[in-house]
Amino acid sequence: MRKYFKNIYLGFSTIWIGMMITLKHLLFYKNITIQYPEQRLQLPERERNRLYVNIDDCIGCDQCVRACPVNCIKIETIKAVPGDKVGKTGETSAGKKKALFVPKFTIDFAKCCYCELCVFPCPTVCIYMTDVFEFSEFQRNDLVYDFTDLTKEQAEEKRKKAEEWALEMQKKKEAAAKKPPEKKVPLKPETNDKNKSDESPDSKSDDKPSKDS
Amino acid sequence: MEQFLIDTFGDNILTYIIMPVPVLIFLSLFALGAVLAERKVSAYMQDRYGPNRVGKGILQTLADMIKLFQKEDITPAKADKLLYNLAPFIVFTATFMGYAVIPFCSLYIGADLNIGIFYFLAITSLSIVGILIAGWASNNKYSLFGAMRAVAQIISYEIPTALAILIVVMIAGTLSMQEIVELQGGGILNWFIFGGPGGATKYILLPFLFAAFMVLYISTLAETNRTPFDIPEAESELVAGFHTEYSGMKFAMFFFAEYGQMFAVSAIVATLFLGGWQSPFGELIPVLNTPVAQIIWFILKGCIFVFVQMWLRWTLPRLRVDQLMILCWKYLIPVSFINLFAVGLYIVL
Repeated sequence: MRKYFKNIYLGFSTIWIGMMITLKHLLFYKNITIQYPEQRLQLPERERNRLYVNIDDCIGCDQCVRACPVNCIKIETIKAVPGDKVGKTGETSAGKKKALFVPKFTIDFAKCCYCELCVFPCPTVCIYMTDVFEFSEFQRNDLVYDFTDLTKEQAEEKRKKAEEWALEMQKKKEAAAKKPPEKKVPLKPETNDKNKSDESPDSKSDDKPSKDS
Repeated sequence: MEQFLIDTFGDNILTYIIMPVPVLIFLSLFALGAVLAERKVSAYMQDRYGPNRVGKGILQTLADMIKLFQKEDITPAKADKLLYNLAPFIVFTATFMGYAVIPFCSLYIGADLNIGIFYFLAITSLSIVGILIAGWASNNKYSLFGAMRAVAQIISYEIPTALAILIVVMIAGTLSMQEIVELQGGGILNWFIFGGPGGATKYILLPFLFAAFMVLYISTLAETNRTPFDIPEAESELVAGFHTEYSGMKFAMFFFAEYGQMFAVSAIVATLFLGGWQSPFGELIPVLNTPVAQIIWFILKGCIFVFVQMWLRWTLPRLRVDQLMILCWKYLIPVSFINLFAVGLYIVL
């Protein structure tokens, strides 16, 4: 019998304690929700978000591509003809001469794993992490960002120029040294092509899983 | 109100169609407000903000309602079509019919039956049928579980509810709602929680009436299937209980009925124990006794109880089935019987 009344008492008193706690929260406590789009938390110092490429500083060295563990960066380069300026000044901001046009510099952020490995090898510090982390898209293709400063026509023009120049050089060399014609001749265009042929199978094999997944 | 309508339109069906319309309008507005209030109360109790986007949050329930209107009306392939579609209407109708005997003010009551409170008990029990039908016709184990739990729970808690109400009825000597409220006129001390009208000896009854008030409040809370007695809906174990399969407007009907029930039982508690539409100041301030003020008093009292229901909901965890039954059969019912004897003894002497 005593236990019975004690139970009733305990029931009411504990409910009362609980209700007072919730009432206190209802009336006096500050709401701690962060009203996200308007109100943001400060990002940590070493956050890793979307990459940005300052193409003016890019020398097309391909280091970031090699560093990338998921192959999400793709670069094509064209050799600059002597006298042709790459970019506006032909130099990086640090004063290094740029010898390659970069007609294609894409980063697929659908694949990017935000490891920051591409940032460290960059000799001109032109690829770096920004604090942008809200860039969702409706189409996966929209996540492929192109950073190049050349239009397609410009790129085509530069490519033609480079080929012509390569041919010219080849002819010159043929003319200059008639003795070793076979060995050195195919080397020149091949290096130019090699970049592409290195790229194209790579990019094809990369594209497939991205469509599947 | 009824007499006025009969005088204007004649004693025909039009009168009886117009009669419940104010209640329906009130109920819709109340449901809109209460859903928002519930979300806000829960949010602030958990140190959140709750809905604050659609029209600063005020229009959130309206937006939700529009969304529910647009939703696809799904009937499961293996469901019993007729019963499945019927169930939400039975539940809502039963809830709404209970409002017939709730006195909103001295001039407005749907029907001042001489068996008012008895009618309320009987008609709200009808919603069990709707719930059981919903659970059975959905052809879903969660629904059936929820429905069976709901039925077991509501039928168990009918008993303490009826016993607690009986105490007030014994003191008042009438079942008519309007008369019960009128008896409590003349200030806060004449409310039935303080023993109703009578001499100084009525204060002997105070502990019993207070106990009866608590019993009634707890058991009506259980009858509306709200936390801590929400085992029929038990989100964490039964998905949504008896309305798991319902979508769109049929779901909205259940929701509407739940909030309607919340106010109905709060109104009954307020009517029986807290003087219904009577002003707590009695005749001291006559302005507060006009019909408009009476409506405000009544809704205010109802809303206070609704708030306490929400408050409890966001404070207490859900009871287990056995705990639920222990609370009902071992605590509420014996206590109400003792109350009944004590009050009966007082009346006889």
